[in-house]
Amino acid sequence: MAVAEPILGNDQDTGQSVLAHRLARTWRQPRGLWGWFSNTHHTDIGIRFMVTAFIFLLLGGILAVLIRLQLVRPENSLIGPDLYNQVFTMHGSTMIFLFAVPMMFQGFGVYVVPLMCGARNIAFPRLNAFSYYLYVGGALVLWGGFLTNTGPDVGWFAYVPLSGPAYSPGHRADIWSQMITFTEVSALGVAICIATTILRYRAPGMTLNRMPILLWEKLVISLAVIFAMPAVMIASGLLLLDRLVGTHFFNPAEGGDVLLYQHLFWFFGHPEVYIIFLPGAAIVSTVVECFSRRRIFGYTPIVVSVVATGFLGFSVWVHHMFATGLPQLSESFFTAASLMIVIPTGVQFFCWVATIWHGRLQLRLPMLWCFGFFFVFLIGGLSGVMLASVPVDLQVHDTYFVVAHFHYVLIGGALFPMFAGIYFWFPKMTGRIADTTLGKWHFWLFFIGFNITFFTLHFLGLHGMPRRVYTYGPDMHWHGLNAVASSGVVFMTAGLLVFLVNVFRSLRTGETAGNNPWGDAGLEWSMSSPPPPYNFLHVPTVGGRDPLWDDPPDQPVVVGLRDDIRETLVTHSLDADPQHKDEDPGPSIWPFLASVAVSAAFVGSIFTPWAVPIGAPLVIVTLVGWLWPHGPSPTPRPAEEV
Amino acid sequence: MNVVGNSALHMLLAQAAVLHLDRHSILHPAAPQAGHIEWLYWFIFWILLAVFVLMIGAFSRAAGKTRVAVSHPLPVMEKDEIADRRAGWGVGLATGITVITLFVVLVFSVITGKRVEGLTSKDPVTIQITGHQWWWEVTYPNPQADQTVTTANEIHVPVGTPVVVLTSSKDVIHSFWAPNITGKRDLLPGYSSAFWFEIEKPGIYHGQCAEFCGLQHAHMGFSIVAEPVDEFKAWEQQQLKIAAEPSTSEAVRGREVFLTHACLMCHTIRGTDAGSRLGPDLTHVASRNMIAAETLPNTAGALAGWIVDPQRIKPGTAMSPNPLAPDDLQAVVAYLQSLH
Amino acid sequence: MNAPVRRRLTLDVSDLPGVAFGHRNTTWLANVFFMVIEAMMFALMFATYFYLRTRSTDWPPGHLPPALQYGMANAVIFLVSVVPAWTVRKRAPEGDRRAVKNGLLVLTAFAVAATILRIFEFSTLNCRWSDDAYSSTVWVLIGMHSGHLVTELIETVVLLAISFTPKMEGTRLADAAINSDYWYFVVITGLIVDGLIYGTTRFL
Repeated sequence: MAVAEPILGNDQDTGQSVLAHRLARTWRQPRGLWGWFSNTHHTDIGIRFMVTAFIFLLLGGILAVLIRLQLVRPENSLIGPDLYNQVFTMHGSTMIFLFAVPMMFQGFGVYVVPLMCGARNIAFPRLNAFSYYLYVGGALVLWGGFLTNTGPDVGWFAYVPLSGPAYSPGHRADIWSQMITFTEVSALGVAICIATTILRYRAPGMTLNRMPILLWEKLVISLAVIFAMPAVMIASGLLLLDRLVGTHFFNPAEGGDVLLYQHLFWFFGHPEVYIIFLPGAAIVSTVVECFSRRRIFGYTPIVVSVVATGFLGFSVWVHHMFATGLPQLSESFFTAASLMIVIPTGVQFFCWVATIWHGRLQLRLPMLWCFGFFFVFLIGGLSGVMLASVPVDLQVHDTYFVVAHFHYVLIGGALFPMFAGIYFWFPKMTGRIADTTLGKWHFWLFFIGFNITFFTLHFLGLHGMPRRVYTYGPDMHWHGLNAVASSGVVFMTAGLLVFLVNVFRSLRTGETAGNNPWGDAGLEWSMSSPPPPYNFLHVPTVGGRDPLWDDPPDQPVVVGLRDDIRETLVTHSLDADPQHKDEDPGPSIWPFLASVAVSAAFVGSIFTPWAVPIGAPLVIVTLVGWLWPHGPSPTPRPAEEV
Repeated sequence: MNVVGNSALHMLLAQAAVLHLDRHSILHPAAPQAGHIEWLYWFIFWILLAVFVLMIGAFSRAAGKTRVAVSHPLPVMEKDEIADRRAGWGVGLATGITVITLFVVLVFSVITGKRVEGLTSKDPVTIQITGHQWWWEVTYPNPQADQTVTTANEIHVPVGTPVVVLTSSKDVIHSFWAPNITGKRDLLPGYSSAFWFEIEKPGIYHGQCAEFCGLQHAHMGFSIVAEPVDEFKAWEQQQLKIAAEPSTSEAVRGREVFLTHACLMCHTIRGTDAGSRLGPDLTHVASRNMIAAETLPNTAGALAGWIVDPQRIKPGTAMSPNPLAPDDLQAVVAYLQSLH
Repeated sequence: MNAPVRRRLTLDVSDLPGVAFGHRNTTWLANVFFMVIEAMMFALMFATYFYLRTRSTDWPPGHLPPALQYGMANAVIFLVSVVPAWTVRKRAPEGDRRAVKNGLLVLTAFAVAATILRIFEFSTLNCRWSDDAYSSTVWVLIGMHSGHLVTELIETVVLLAISFTPKMEGTRLADAAINSDYWYFVVITGLIVDGLIYGTTRFL
């Protein structure tokens, strides 16, 4: 690394220097409504992902409340089977496709990754913005369908033949399938942006071996998305073809096969669990390190575990299909693989304990939520060990035991870390610290309510209550437990309300954060809060795994990037040596227009095949508009960076 | 035992079963299969409980030991080689124990799986179960067609004899599950598969569809009536007979109504012109405890209500409403109740 | 400006190039990710093909195998078209705009020819997609590949259009080279699809 002559510079970006003014002008995002849709800066898009996903968490939560109300007593007539089936399908689909992945992978990833890398923007910012609008499009399609009584009613997994043309006439299952296409294209787009950002936009000196664990996990998740999502797109695509144009992929009468769908779906479906959980683990590793006031113990084992989880996640899909009666040998193999995946997760847990054990614990709000995660996810992981065993699984599969298990895993693995992450980066995003007292109320209400509801469901499963039933007879004696489970909802709802109050109050009256209120090590804490549109006044260089803790005060900064165009620095994938410079394409309305065209074509194709020939030219026009080179770059002039 | 007495016994058993809270529970096995699985469940449970206590203990200890109640960020600790080495041993040891524990779980799981699946008996009772939206077609296949018993939703099995279940589905995927007996098995269209169980104690065990199968997934129950071998044989002989000739004038009229209305479009009553297999075989419908896949008790009132408006009771069911005149309805019910 | 001003060490990157060719280019990396995604989709469709094959005793079940003429003609076009793609890929980093323009022109011609032949190919598959699962798979395999072919055709035409303007410089040249990588991908998947629908229906 060539270190040039020392320069005079400011330690802190006060936003007052000449350079800061120039960069702010160059990287400024357009204003107004048009500007809002043209914005391509990752901090803005990341927050939009989070806010939108959170709205769908609340909507999915309302559906959950409906489910719990319907089941609170036997033969309840609150909602009939037709609506109930839509409600539980919408609940699952919303939580997985519109909340968990967009929040945990896209939201946090898009916001945090470029900041942690020391980049001025995410790679391919227009693709990133396009992915956001497409996600919104998918969400609108799904909820638009539901609000017009065309909500999917075949479960979030849409097994054939129930979801096929013979047993699900109408457009409900079509809506589900197209929503999958929308959200998966969105996740794939963001995966490409994030993986490229991590591999190419890291600050000089941030070799792979110095990469924060969060970046490792985001890289692994991006690759898991790239390998897993095509499977569900094929599954839902073939389903759509069966439904709309009369192919026979899943029709046993014409040589099709119903298990084929399950293989395709779960080849995606199980990695999906890790796509949701690993971002949570990434947040936990970050928060634990910060609030133990020591470098995380076991960097290498944790990274190896994360990579191993990414791989093993692809070898366990059949454990969702034990009850289909597969050969015993293959069942044993998938039991072994499913048990094996416990090991890397266990290693991460042990490393977190060791970090706290040999650190100095500060139980601030984000850390409190991490302790909630430890408790809840541990229970979910342990009941998962039971489910890996074929004989036990054959008993509890598709019962409320499994419902309890995966809510412990998903709420434990995503929601608790999400709140840890929100409280942790809230100061960075908003410039203010969220209120601790309200945050504790939020935690305890939610934690207690969650355990009341979902721990009870284990017993219901053991006493034979199957999933997805809209009612049950009084002779089954399930009402007592169901009533207890439903009562927990009150606490969880109260907790979420406290959270919303906290956010809105803290946005206005919260304590000002400064650059780095927690004293954390990540590069995202080196600029003002919220970050300026150019992120870093000087692109930093990095000398250790924990930049703000390790680096000496005279750690070099990068100079020589132009401040009159949006120039970014591209470094080597492995050792992060500077290689060349890229130009950020800047704000543009085209990604939004392209997403509108694509959405119109997708939605229209449900109703008429003509949507494809009509929609395709529109899509092409918008894509060409997006990619067509614009006016020549201003002639380079010497950088004036001081 | 005469037929009346037989069904009275059934009613009694049914009553007892309703009072019995555990006729639909994984933790109250009535068959060796469910028993093995229950044992495995508790075996894994106690191991996991120990792991849970240890992990929570470790977190609490770590937190209690090192917690500092200061809200401003404390300085970062210097690297401590000795602490790191000790932590390394701890993590390594814990990982080793994890691997061993998982291996033990795997071994016992595979052994239990073999025990549950392995069948050695040469002389089992074979039952074909076919899933329909939303009821179970039950046949006891026999090379001779007239020796094949066909019924629905109520599965009679002899106690102490291995029962082989062959599965298939007419429409969507269903899953056959009686928790007290053994684990579930999916009924897949285009596939047939087999599993077996053996019940030790006489009784009526409840079961339910466990794979989401549409609108009335919730109302797709069945029962397994386990009875001593001679009672089972008697039941089988009774089921093989064609339908009893109606003995009262009302029942005769009921048969007439049955055969001149929509009923015969879907149902079979052997010995009459009704021969469609779309709905459950009703030749001996009065011998069953429940109707509509365990949705209603098999009483005159429930039957009448079901015949008139099944869509109110089970919205979405394939059976259409039958707005019969009151006396016609009464006659049909009387006829059906005579079909022991 | 109250912040303390002091001397800082710097890393000067002003001499680094503004464009990179080959694997250092970020768009190249994104293109690799795109190809991985699409390769996964093809792989899963191939797996679907063989999975459904196991569920049928006859293969093709009650159909003649697809007729060879158009498929084989297309395979030849795919193979020959590698030459202009290779030329573009080689000449672009050298800044040879003329060679790139000519290469794109030839590549466009091949892509157009392949697309037209593909339309005829659909008419000689000896089955309709709605006949049975086999036919559905054949149509979706070849349809999926046609989607890639048309996408690549459009991309090449757009690059060709740019190459007639002065904007074909720097990153656009790099894009032209990356476009060749994608063409290779289309060729390779095309040949595999041909092998499946023309080969396995005859020889397996």
